[in-house]
Amino acid sequence: MTKTQNNRAWFLVLPVLVLVAMNAIIPLMTVVNYSLQETFGDNLFFWSGTDNYVAVLHSPRFHAALLRQFAFTFIILLIEVPLGVAIALAMPRAGVWSSVCLVLMALPLLIPWNVVGAMWNIFALPDIGLLGWGLNALGINFNYTNQPVSAWFTIVLMDVWHWTSLVVLLAFAGLRSIDEAYYRAAKIDGASRWAVFRYIQLPKMRQVLIIAILLRFIDSFMIYTEPFVLTGGGPGNATTLLSIDLVKAALGEFNLGIAAAMSIIYFLMTLFVCWLFYTLMTQGKEDAA
Amino acid sequence: MRWKWLVPTLYIVFLMLPIYWLINMSFKTTNEILAGFSPFPQKFTIESYVEILTNPVWYWGYINSMIYVVLNTVISVAVALPAAYAFSRYRFLGDKHLFFWLLTNRMAPPAVFALPFLQLYSSVGLFDTHIAVALAHCLFNIPLAVWILEGFMSGVPKEIDETAYIDGYSFPRFFVKIFMPLIASGIGVTAFFCFMFSWVEMLLAKTLTSVAAKPIAAVMTRTASTSGYELGLLAAAGVLTIIPGAIVIYFVRNYIAKGFALGRV
Repeated sequence: MTKTQNNRAWFLVLPVLVLVAMNAIIPLMTVVNYSLQETFGDNLFFWSGTDNYVAVLHSPRFHAALLRQFAFTFIILLIEVPLGVAIALAMPRAGVWSSVCLVLMALPLLIPWNVVGAMWNIFALPDIGLLGWGLNALGINFNYTNQPVSAWFTIVLMDVWHWTSLVVLLAFAGLRSIDEAYYRAAKIDGASRWAVFRYIQLPKMRQVLIIAILLRFIDSFMIYTEPFVLTGGGPGNATTLLSIDLVKAALGEFNLGIAAAMSIIYFLMTLFVCWLFYTLMTQGKEDAA
Repeated sequence: MRWKWLVPTLYIVFLMLPIYWLINMSFKTTNEILAGFSPFPQKFTIESYVEILTNPVWYWGYINSMIYVVLNTVISVAVALPAAYAFSRYRFLGDKHLFFWLLTNRMAPPAVFALPFLQLYSSVGLFDTHIAVALAHCLFNIPLAVWILEGFMSGVPKEIDETAYIDGYSFPRFFVKIFMPLIASGIGVTAFFCFMFSWVEMLLAKTLTSVAAKPIAAVMTRTASTSGYELGLLAAAGVLTIIPGAIVIYFVRNYIAKGFALGRV
């Protein structure tokens, strides 16, 4: 669509701008402010320049949390995106069953995050939870409260449970927008199932899949409540992801300067990835037009 | 592909298992839960539900949560409507940068902002009010609302606007009388997503409240810490948090897929 040049459109954007700016810029400035100072309690603050940033960037603890974070995000993307696409492909495309599937699948998305954590906390307990009890009954030694591998298995499974439906819904929407004529043409040409997927379905889903990956990347990168309630970052530090580490530093140890510097670095990283995806997305749009 | 139906079926079974376990526990007493593994309640009890529905501390948790979620949804959609219209119809100075900046706020980790938010809302005297949580949730819901609505609005041909202006409609009258009915399903989908993300977010909601506007999440943690783990009660409270979401999904079920496609969420 061709748009008209009109700078008065700013007035229409103004309320949004004011509300979001109040929520985004003031807290962000507070964080920047803390990150450049050192405090010893009693509300005494001393200018410390970039010391906090240097400390964070050289801290093995930060590196470890960052590594765990990337590992987590990478694993869940690798599972959720292909799984979500596969489920969307196998879903009934219309009718009552399609609605039933959508409603049931959307359910985990609407459960408050602390409830998701609490639910899985009990579900995976080896003595009274269905998952933990079941795995142990099958002869697998599983206890997420003291085995790092089990803890990782549990948080990954929880995230797959919680968020795969988002990918399914997006992929399903992409599939639904494909005109029936394409399939008929493919059938006449005798195209294989794989060719239909590769040359018709996948290109049509490209846009929504980029959005799905973007949303899953961002949300898994800032995940806090669910793993915090589930494992509390343990056993030891095995599942201490970036956000959990951050809150530990800020509220647990009251190391405001360090926590603030971590926040800024963290925020800049997400920003960079968003920019990357945004560029990809808008480019795709121009290609399509 | 005769066995195709198995894939979604197995997936739904997997989704239902933890929910089944939660419901199972909510009908047990805490002692029975702790006593050991059992797939069904031995002594079926609705004690936990009765406690939640009769104790004001509990049910006010739900009411408080509903109040700020509805407030947030109304504010987000109301301010996002004109902004999305501007983004979908006009080019203006800095529009692309502004749109990207808005989106970045959807990406701001709440854990980063929890403490500064607490200070901000305390300093303006809004700490422990519903409106504080509703405004704080605008941080991620307004960008999302603008994003979805812009997608829907771009699907409406511009000729409709032009015809209406020629017919002598003023902008506000055109917007309310003609344009909004055209994107009604888009507004519905947007409201659904705002509701959803405000309802599930608990970190900011918990940080910004203490007594008067305490959300259900905070009530749940309080019970867990003061009287040991009242697991039966906690499970029943968890089951009740699923219900509002389930009701909302049921109403928008036919729009979810459409909303994702057109709104390019």
